Amino acid sequence: MVTFKRYAMKKRIAKKVDIMPPSGIRAFFELVLGMKDVISLGVGEPDFVTPWHIREKAIYSLEQGYTSYTSNKGMIDLRTQIVHFLKNRYGISYDPQDQTLVTVGVSEGIDLAMRAILNPGDKIFILEPSYVSYRPMAALAGGRPVSIETRRENGFKLTPDQLDDACRKHKKVKALLINYPCNPSGASYTRTELSALARVIKKYDLIVISDEVYDELSYDFDHTPISSLPGMKERVIYLNGFSKGYAMTGARIGWACGPTDILAAMTKIHQYTIMCAPIISQMAGIEALRNGTRAVHEMKREYMRRRRYIVDALNEIGLECHMPQGTFYVFPSVKSTGKDGMSFAQELLKKKKVALVPGEAFGRSFQYHVRIAYAASYEDIKESVKRIKEYLR
Amino acid sequence: MRCRMVLSFIFNSKGGTSMNEILEILSNDARLSVEEIARLTGKNKTAVAKEIKAYEKKGVIAKYKAVVNRSLLDNGALVMALIEVGITPQKDVGFDYIAERIYSFPEVKSCYLLSGVYDLLVMVEGENIQTVADFVASKLSPLPHVRSTATHFMLKKYKEDGVILKKGKKIKRLNISY
Repeated sequence: MVTFKRYAMKKRIAKKVDIMPPSGIRAFFELVLGMKDVISLGVGEPDFVTPWHIREKAIYSLEQGYTSYTSNKGMIDLRTQIVHFLKNRYGISYDPQDQTLVTVGVSEGIDLAMRAILNPGDKIFILEPSYVSYRPMAALAGGRPVSIETRRENGFKLTPDQLDDACRKHKKVKALLINYPCNPSGASYTRTELSALARVIKKYDLIVISDEVYDELSYDFDHTPISSLPGMKERVIYLNGFSKGYAMTGARIGWACGPTDILAAMTKIHQYTIMCAPIISQMAGIEALRNGTRAVHEMKREYMRRRRYIVDALNEIGLECHMPQGTFYVFPSVKSTGKDGMSFAQELLKKKKVALVPGEAFGRSFQYHVRIAYAASYEDIKESVKRIKEYLR
Repeated sequence: MRCRMVLSFIFNSKGGTSMNEILEILSNDARLSVEEIARLTGKNKTAVAKEIKAYEKKGVIAKYKAVVNRSLLDNGALVMALIEVGITPQKDVGFDYIAERIYSFPEVKSCYLLSGVYDLLVMVEGENIQTVADFVASKLSPLPHVRSTATHFMLKKYKEDGVILKKGKKIKRLNISY
């Protein structure tokens, strides 16, 4: 038997993985995970459990013996429900056979989309601040992520001018990844704002990967999928899922809709890597789309109240915080305290046992921000605000 | 202890509740202050206080009370009976007159007029089976126009007023995630 020394094995790791920098805030995460009795406003998932009727359907499906593989694309019942939902809610038509794919959460959808469209070295715009996985996923797919920083004065939204400038500066960018409502800033776009962006997108012939997993949690105006705008459907890979709106993070289930050719390419990768999304989660998804509206609205109303409360309370204690238009996050600046987000988060954790996420996790330039999730009980939010206030005193 | 408000609300056809937001908040936790409700709803304190006063005056908010799970108290559990009462309605006053004579007894915790094979569903609470049986035999059944009674003693309460009484195990999320 041949044995390898440790250093030798390190050399054998694929270069694109090896050079990937580990998350800069990994040490902080480990500190939080190892601590007991922490009140956490650092969690990126709902504090609600999946509504009972959905869980009950999953249990029933197991009892009925739904334990097999499904079609690679996902059960046709679920794909049909997805297509109906998009048609009824947003007026977009997709074919459940050729333009819809059930994925293991939106995360898989993003990975598939990137691998399906990026050749080695292809550039893709990633907005900052943004969800932490986009850049590494683009790099793993062989692409070159190009950051565009959104600015606080624009409500952390990409403006058409900014996109136009970036397209002129970085030649031959193939795609744009957009996520709205946005984790971590909560920013979202009105139909008018999206139309203005769509003009630039078409001008530079970009493909759009649109992560709209927080669409149900839009508070100030109706959510508009960018694919529903004229002339956009043929260039948008629309990604959504059940995790946030339906509180189904653990079910790991989402979907992708888009142009037939791209969906065929994504399905090819999906069939060789994942085979199919878990059948229990698919059954739960069917029930969620059929009968979940009321539960989603109840949760949304609760998030809205907490959003008002926390924005008001944070501004009152001197942490400058804009009103997010969606998600369950706020992204205040802690600059007024004289600390950066990391020291703020570390000290708050050690002294007051409140956990939140330093802003630098979501983009290098956001080191003076922190992400606070209000997917926590009202009592916990109230107590955390009280402790932050004490800490700042 | 959970503090709740007694009021009625209806589900509308769209699946949401037709309740006002302040009522929704108070129905879930009646101990929240006017300041807190103002913050949660984005309204000002005076407006919130005024609205609550108006609901109290109109009787929309009937009472503020705690949902108490007495079975967890030592010797605190009460006997509860559901009594199906058949009555003969009276000219001009229908069921209301006799219903009033029944629900005015303090032993009666709830009283509903129903469609179907009997008329009133009366919920009676007492310290033991004997107390409840005495109430039925000596107070309820002899009332004029009461045709029949069928008494069912409650064996266990699982859920009351929307609150599941069993303390569930708290599922822990990770303390932190992206």
